[in-house]
Amino acid sequence: MSNVWSMIGTYAIVFAVGGALCALAEILIVRTKLTPARILVIFLIAGIALEGVGLYDSIFKACQAGISVPIVGFGASLAKGAIEAARTYGFLGAFAGGLIRTAFGVGAAIVMSYIVTLTFSPKTK
Amino acid sequence: MSDKTNAVKQRNERYNKYVNTVTPKTSMTKALLHSFLIGGLTCIIGQAIGDILAYSVPSLSKDMVANITSMILVTVAILFTGLGFYDVIARQGGAGSFLPITGFANAMASASMEFKTEGLIFGTSAKLFTIVGPVIVNGIVWSTLAGLINLWILGMY
Repeated sequence: MSNVWSMIGTYAIVFAVGGALCALAEILIVRTKLTPARILVIFLIAGIALEGVGLYDSIFKACQAGISVPIVGFGASLAKGAIEAARTYGFLGAFAGGLIRTAFGVGAAIVMSYIVTLTFSPKTK
Repeated sequence: MSDKTNAVKQRNERYNKYVNTVTPKTSMTKALLHSFLIGGLTCIIGQAIGDILAYSVPSLSKDMVANITSMILVTVAILFTGLGFYDVIARQGGAGSFLPITGFANAMASASMEFKTEGLIFGTSAKLFTIVGPVIVNGIVWSTLAGLINLWILGMY
């Protein structure tokens, strides 16, 4: 029974944190007229910075998918890969590590986009 | 001369007032609520996929669970983009639909589909990265920097 409650708690936190991050991004859009691409880059760099200073892991333990599904998690993943590879392969590893660690998602996104583009035609609005 | 500039000024003021009356007033609270809900829901779906994967295939490492979860999220988002469902979500969700990794995938797929008419090489393949290019470039540059800083500066301690 306590298991069920802790799971509900986790999902509530995931929902709250993920939602709050997106609401924050929405505030930035409305108030500052930053374009979505710029906001994506800002959140991405925030994720890289969090991982870089070593704070991301403890945030992730508390917030789970709430922090890893938004682009912040992608940034953290890139940085984690770069840092780990730098420690394993020396400084050359820093150039490859981020790509290696995120390659599953990025590769899937590129291949799937290509396939979907070949299969479907854009809907005219 | 000053009459003329005055007239221009007045005309500009009138025009700005008119623009203000015509621009639709988007309700801030509604937009915030929508992005909160869509963003939160996307994260919950991601968490659920990860939990189900870890539960049903216990031999998977944590990294692999995360990798497969993002692959599933990305694939579903791109399929939704192809079928035209994602536009419906994006119209309501605002930041909630582009900040999660699904929005990243949608940006790729919608750009590549939009430029299909310009051909597969200079249309689809080139324009695939129009929106996500900045994310990937900045991601690689800054993460490399993070790796180097970590190795050279923090590694000394």
